[in-house]
Amino acid sequence: MASLKELRNRIASVQATQKITRAMQMVAASKLRRAQEAAEAARPYADRMGAVLGNLAAGITDPQGAPKLLAGTGSEQSYLLIVATAERGLCGGFNSSIARMARAEAYRLMAEGKDVKILCVGRKGYDVLKRNFTKELLPLISYQGMKKIGFDQAQEVATQILGDFENGGFDICKLYYSRFQNVLTQVPTALQIIPAHIEAVEVPDLGGAAYDYEPEETEILDALLPRNIAIQILRALLENAASEQGARMSAMDNATRNAGEMIDALSITYNRSRQAQITKELIEIISGAEAL
Amino acid sequence: MANKLQFDLVSPESLVLSAQVDSVSVPGLEGDFGVMPNHSPVMSIIRPGVLVVENDGVVSQYHLDGGFVDVTPEGVTVLAETILTEAQAAERGVADEA
Repeated sequence: MASLKELRNRIASVQATQKITRAMQMVAASKLRRAQEAAEAARPYADRMGAVLGNLAAGITDPQGAPKLLAGTGSEQSYLLIVATAERGLCGGFNSSIARMARAEAYRLMAEGKDVKILCVGRKGYDVLKRNFTKELLPLISYQGMKKIGFDQAQEVATQILGDFENGGFDICKLYYSRFQNVLTQVPTALQIIPAHIEAVEVPDLGGAAYDYEPEETEILDALLPRNIAIQILRALLENAASEQGARMSAMDNATRNAGEMIDALSITYNRSRQAQITKELIEIISGAEAL
Repeated sequence: MANKLQFDLVSPESLVLSAQVDSVSVPGLEGDFGVMPNHSPVMSIIRPGVLVVENDGVVSQYHLDGGFVDVTPEGVTVLAETILTEAQAAERGVADEA
């Protein structure tokens, strides 16, 4: 049985931990709100971009002449996996679930004899994956210390990827991130961005008129597709930021609750041993008096 | 004044403007063009320039660094990466004839 002093120290230390986790939870809650707003603000653009691209893609009948970003390079040999994770830990299974998904896919592709490259955006995913992969891993892109992820950052990542694609660095590019469903649920998601995955959209009613394209359709597609990549990346980064805060909030909520339970259990042990100590002393005094 | 067109100005970070307006003048890649209600459908790339929106005689300008416009019978949607209002543009010292 631990001594009373030891128990007191334990309780104090658990209480200190609880204070920290509670503070982290509250910080995450307020950051979450901002991240969520940012993610929602990005939605209209991405949705409309998707609709416009869907429209254009539906009009392209000749897959031979279609841009490579849309139709693919015609080969499926090399893959680039972009793994977007957080810069910091202490957010439950958030980082590891994204990394696990990407790792499983990488192993599956390698088993099929494909070439795989992995690009990490965010330090945590890099730290996890570098244990399993070395030569496949591209240098890390990190936005540590950045208060707010904006379009500029997404554009930066997109430019790098597109440059690599132009040089024939890979045929297919997939993006791994965590989709923000709600505070409790974040879904690790894989999204294929090259060749572009175009959702089928309803063709809007044009009232019998045909679309005028200025300049040509293909030129518009050429301009739009790279932009779409940047948008998809931005969306992933923003969703990720919201997911990270959500995951951290629930992880810290759990931690705070666990600490509370621990404090309760320790307090009971502490009180019991204190009473036992008093009883013991009383018995000693009484039996001493009786012996006289 | 029942005849207006729905105009949406969207940047990746926010929905800048979504309103019913009288007309929009767009700096297209192959020349500026104005859009009034019931315009025929057009898709065009936007070159860096000034977008002019007119509503009830009130003219507002937005500086764009390029983007994309989609005109349908329902309305006009402008997608642009950087959108500055006149005041923001003046702050950054962008010339009016950008």
